[in-house]
Amino acid sequence: MANTEERTLTYVAAVAEAVEEVLNEQETAFVAGEDVAGAGGVFGSFRGILEKFGSDRVIDTPISEEGIIGLGVGSAATGLRPIVDIMFMDFMGECMDEIANQMAKMRYMFGGSAKLPITILTMSGAGMNMAAQHSQSLEVWLCHLPGLKVVAPSTPYDVKGLIIAASRDDNPVFVVLNKLSLRVSGPVPEGDYEIPIGKAEIVRSGSDVTVVTYSRMVSESLKAAEELAKNGIEAEVIDLRSLQPMDSDTVIESVSKTQRAVVVHEAVRFAGLGGEIASQIQERAFDYLDAPVARVGAPFSPVPFSPVLEQAYLPNAKKISAEVSALLG
Amino acid sequence: MSLDDATLLDIHQRMIRIRTFETEAGRLMEAGKIPGALHLYVGQEAVAAGIMAQLSNEDWITSTHRGHGHLIAKGGEYGRMFAELFGKSTGYCKGKGGSMHISNMDLGMLGANGIVGAGPPIAVGAAFSIKYRKVNNVAVTFFGDGASNEGSFHEAANMATLYKLPLLLVCENNGYGEYTPQANHQAVVDVADRAAGYGMPGVVVDGMDAIAVYESAEAAIERAKAGEGPTLLECKTYRFFDHVGIRGMGLAYRTDEELQEWQKRDPIYMFEEKLAEQGVLAKEAATKLHETILKEVQEGIKFAENSPDPDPATLLEDVYA
Ligand SMILES: Cc1ncc(C[n+]2csc(CCOP(=O)(O)OP(=O)(O)O)c2C)c(N)n1
Ligand SMILES: [Mg+2]
Repeated sequence: MANTEERTLTYVAAVAEAVEEVLNEQETAFVAGEDVAGAGGVFGSFRGILEKFGSDRVIDTPISEEGIIGLGVGSAATGLRPIVDIMFMDFMGECMDEIANQMAKMRYMFGGSAKLPITILTMSGAGMNMAAQHSQSLEVWLCHLPGLKVVAPSTPYDVKGLIIAASRDDNPVFVVLNKLSLRVSGPVPEGDYEIPIGKAEIVRSGSDVTVVTYSRMVSESLKAAEELAKNGIEAEVIDLRSLQPMDSDTVIESVSKTQRAVVVHEAVRFAGLGGEIASQIQERAFDYLDAPVARVGAPFSPVPFSPVLEQAYLPNAKKISAEVSALLG
Repeated sequence: MSLDDATLLDIHQRMIRIRTFETEAGRLMEAGKIPGALHLYVGQEAVAAGIMAQLSNEDWITSTHRGHGHLIAKGGEYGRMFAELFGKSTGYCKGKGGSMHISNMDLGMLGANGIVGAGPPIAVGAAFSIKYRKVNNVAVTFFGDGASNEGSFHEAANMATLYKLPLLLVCENNGYGEYTPQANHQAVVDVADRAAGYGMPGVVVDGMDAIAVYESAEAAIERAKAGEGPTLLECKTYRFFDHVGIRGMGLAYRTDEELQEWQKRDPIYMFEEKLAEQGVLAKEAATKLHETILKEVQEGIKFAENSPDPDPATLLEDVYA
């Protein structure tokens, strides 16, 4: 009998539970990263995992990001299914060759003979006064690389389902998590389930405008939608969940109905995913559009430390509803 | 002690300045008054003080996430430093950098750094610049035991020896990278052993003994300035506070006994014992100095508290020159 009482978990606890499911299911899966074992991850993403699976499968690495990604690539190519952790997404700078030139391309360059079932967990996002090198949203670096998949869950439910899906995928999948969402709670079923990679979700239906977003900006967009509803504007909010591959069909279908679109992300607006999505909308739904596609994103600056500046920097519900209101004139 | 009294007192003061600033900063952070993360330098003061006592503003340093101590030892002002930690407009970086990016170009301080291991290659560039401009200075890069596992350290070490650059690579080995003990992150005991692989001297020094640090750095600086190339100086030390803040996350990754053992070798306490023994500074005078410096630090906090937040209109300033 199913539980009538829905069980809830925090976003960060959902990470740990997903990792546990994966390690239970797949003998060749192991976890490696900085402070993932003894400390259980600096965010608590791996709490209890070492105790359950032991130090052969849960491995503290040196502070060597290039080595960590290389460990993932080489072990995956030779039959294992690594889960590797890059503590902060900003640290990808240390290992970008292994990501961009090795992991992303090996299968293709080898004519399809190599298989790289790697799951890479990493944290993105600002809002915690962590300054310019610990706050970035760099998902677009990854989305630009053929050979990689990229997901960015917004809820604990999606965190667990997407990590499990990532671990079963035979390709490298980056799971881009969000720091400010770590303590957010939501329903998470026990046992295993998958959220299909490449499938968006309509998290709010509406008829007047489509808001396309992902990660923490989903909750900000939903807040904005509630505000807008007070003024009689009904926004449809789409959580992309998966950024590469991207479920453009769901976006196009929605925009064909609402005839207006705003793309929202925390990443810098210039050359962010918003540009790609806006372009796809005009390519595929131009005739339906009543207004240009609008974009909300961070301004063109590094993330500032000062709380006052950081708040000015970050996209939020207020900025989103202002953009939507302007669009509807 | 072969160092003259003035030098000894100078080193002593630098250590107390760091200790007092960091203790107050940690207290403020844990009271919720400083946003973000603070990595405090308490326990490691002998390293920054022993080396910085020999540098001028024209000698460049690169620092780490644990960078306040380096900046103070290089002459940083409490007020402007606290203002930066608070994110105020009067801070050294106008509130844009915070603890992890605190810097002051006028003092020859190329920044704390949020990226572990990012400093050594930058210091190679600064040392190259010194050599290129034919000035009589050195560059010093501070980094941790953990950082010595980043490829960036190894590339920098190789280039520095290859080009015979006037550089000191100072590894502050405090036994841990975050919560991982050294034995779990590298197979060597002495990071200094790695120097041999690059063709430079590797020196192990007691990092709790400011005089030992001073003297080995002095030799390395002489060598660097004579055009003989870099030295890797490993200072064995310990951080008395947690990785972040004072109490941190409360993880049980090291024992109280271990901490207490190291605290018996508190660099300031040991130094003051020596100063008193040699008749350089009496215990009471040392206590007085602590009090004076605490007052100065508290004034710095006041300055920071009373400083304005940055104007949000400055958000887009300084992205480009
Ligand atoms: C490239 C990079 N990887 C990981 C981190 C996270 N991190 C911050 S401090 C730290 C430990 C550094 O250890 P060590 O170099 O020994 O310096 P200590 O903290 O002991 O002073 C780690 C892993 C980081 N900031 N940058
Ligand atoms: Mg260390």
